[in-house]
Amino acid sequence: MDLYLPIAGLSVNIIVIIGLGGLVGILSGMFGVGGGFLTTPLLIFYGIPPAVAVASSATQITGASVSAVLAHHRRQGVDFQMGWVLVAGGALGSITGGYAFRALQDSGQIDTVVGILYVLLLGSIGILMAREAAQSIAVLWGKAAAPPRQRRHNPLVAALPMRWRFYRSGLYISPIAPLLLGFGTGLLTVLLGVGGGFVLVPALIYLLGMSTRVVVGTSSFQILFVTAATTLVHATTTKAVDIVLAVLLLIGSVVGAQLGTRFAMKVRPEWLRLALAGIVLAVAVRMALGLGWRPDEIYTIQPL
Amino acid sequence: MKRRAALILLPLIALLLGAAAKPSLVPDVSQRRIDIIYSFTGAELLLFGAIVYPGGRAPEKPADVVVVVKGPAEPIVLREKQKIAGVWMNAENARFRSVPAFYAVASSRPLQGLVDDRTAAIYELGLRNIQLSPASGETPEAQRRFEAGLVDLKRRGGLYVESPDGVEVSEGVLYRARIAIPARVPVGSYTAETFLIQDGRVVAAATREIEIDKSGFERFVAIVADRWSFTYGLVAVAVSVALGWAAAAAFRKK
Repeated sequence: MDLYLPIAGLSVNIIVIIGLGGLVGILSGMFGVGGGFLTTPLLIFYGIPPAVAVASSATQITGASVSAVLAHHRRQGVDFQMGWVLVAGGALGSITGGYAFRALQDSGQIDTVVGILYVLLLGSIGILMAREAAQSIAVLWGKAAAPPRQRRHNPLVAALPMRWRFYRSGLYISPIAPLLLGFGTGLLTVLLGVGGGFVLVPALIYLLGMSTRVVVGTSSFQILFVTAATTLVHATTTKAVDIVLAVLLLIGSVVGAQLGTRFAMKVRPEWLRLALAGIVLAVAVRMALGLGWRPDEIYTIQPL
Repeated sequence: MKRRAALILLPLIALLLGAAAKPSLVPDVSQRRIDIIYSFTGAELLLFGAIVYPGGRAPEKPADVVVVVKGPAEPIVLREKQKIAGVWMNAENARFRSVPAFYAVASSRPLQGLVDDRTAAIYELGLRNIQLSPASGETPEAQRRFEAGLVDLKRRGGLYVESPDGVEVSEGVLYRARIAIPARVPVGSYTAETFLIQDGRVVAAATREIEIDKSGFERFVAIVADRWSFTYGLVAVAVSVALGWAAAAAFRKK
C-alpha cells in the first residue's frame, strides 16, 4: 500500500504512516501532550525531508488539538482571555521563527540547531518531570512527606508592569509574561514541529501560577491556533506542508488518541507522568547520541 | 502490441537501410512520458532498437551499445559534515552549477574496455565522467573529494546507476536495456541517449526526450502549493480542523 506524497516527492507506505500517527495519538491521549516531539524525529528517521516533516506535523497537531479544546471547553476548562494573549505571542513567535528557519536553512545549520534544541529542551523537561513524578510516587507510598508548596507567584513575573485580571485562571498579572511565553512556544513550533504543550503546561503552572483546572484546556487552545499559524508560515515560506502526509498522520492519531484516553483512566497519573518522563528522556538521549555519532551521510545536498 | 510489432519490424528496417557505409542506430524508448500519480513507486524505462550495419549483416566483432538516461540538471550546494566540539555539523561546502538529478548508464560491456578516458569524458559516459560544473574555487583535491562524495551519495540513493552489462544485444543487431526510474526522481525533462561504439570510437548517437511530470491530484496539489501558497495553507488548516472535529464528534456519540 504505497502512496506518493506530492510535496515530499517520494512514496511512503500508508500503513507505516497511519501506524506512526496512531502510536503518537495513543501517547497524546494517555499523557495529554501533542506528541509532535515524537512525530517529527520519527518522520525524519523514515526518510521524509526534515522541512516537510516539521511543517506537516504542525498541521497534524492542529487537527489533533481540536478535539482536546472542544472537550475542555465543555467543562469550562479554557481561559479564553489568557488563551488569546498566548495566541498573540505565539503568532509573533511563529512568524519570527519562519525567518529564523529560512536563515538557518540557507546557512546549512538547521539540522544541528534543531538537534541541539531538542536535546536541551527534552533533556531539561524530562529531568524535571521525572523528579516531580518520582516525588509524587514516594508520597503515594508514604515514604516521604508531601513537599512544601512552592511560592505561588514568581517574583520576576510579579514585577512586570500593567497587570490584568484573568478571572478563570485566578491570576492578576501582567500580560507581558504570557505573551513572552506564547512567543517562545511559537518559535519552537516552527523550528521543531512540536506543539509546545510539554513546555507550556509546566510553565503556566510553575511560572505563572495558573489554576491547574484551566491549564491543559488553555494550552490546547493556544496550540490549536499557533500550529495553524505555523502551517500558514510554512506554506508561504518553506512550501513544505504536505497535506496528504498530514491527513494520513491525523487519521492515525485521532483513533490512537481515543485508545490512549481509555487506557489513561486505568492507570494512576503519577505513573503516567513517570512513563512520559522516561519517553521524553529516551528521545533526548537518542538525539544527543545522534549529534555525537558519525552520521550515515557526511554529505547533504541542498538545491539552490 | 504496437511495441512488439516495432520489435519485429526493426530487423526489416535494418535490412532496408543496410547500404550505409558506417553502422547506424534505429533507437526508441518504451515511454515518452512518465506520469507520477498517487500510486507511483517508480517506473521502468525500456530503451531498445536496432544496429544497422553496412551490408545488413553483423560483422565478426559486433559494435557495443551504451545508453545514458539523464535527469534535469540543477544547481546545488553540497555540504560536508565534520565533527566540531563533539558535534557533527555542516562545515565546508561546495557549489555545483549543473548536477543531473538522475543519471543511469548501461552498456553491453564494462565501459573501461569500450572507450578511453578522453572519449568517456566527452560523452559523459560513466559515473566518474558526469559534468557537474563546480562553481566554487576549491583546491583540486577538495574538488575531487566533494565530487566523489556527491556521486557516492546519489549512487547509494539509487539516483546514479552504472550497470556494466545492462544492455543486451541479440543477434548482433537488436539491443535493449531496462533502466529503473526510482520514485524519488524529480519532475522535468529527461534525455535518453544511445551511443554505438566501435573500436573505441562513438560511431553513431541518438537522443530521445522523456517527460516526467506529476499528473492528476498530485499535480494539482503541487501547483496549488507553489502558486497559491497562502490559500493552500488555509485549506490545509481547514482540512485538519474538520478532520479533528469529525473525529471528536464520531467518538462522542459512541
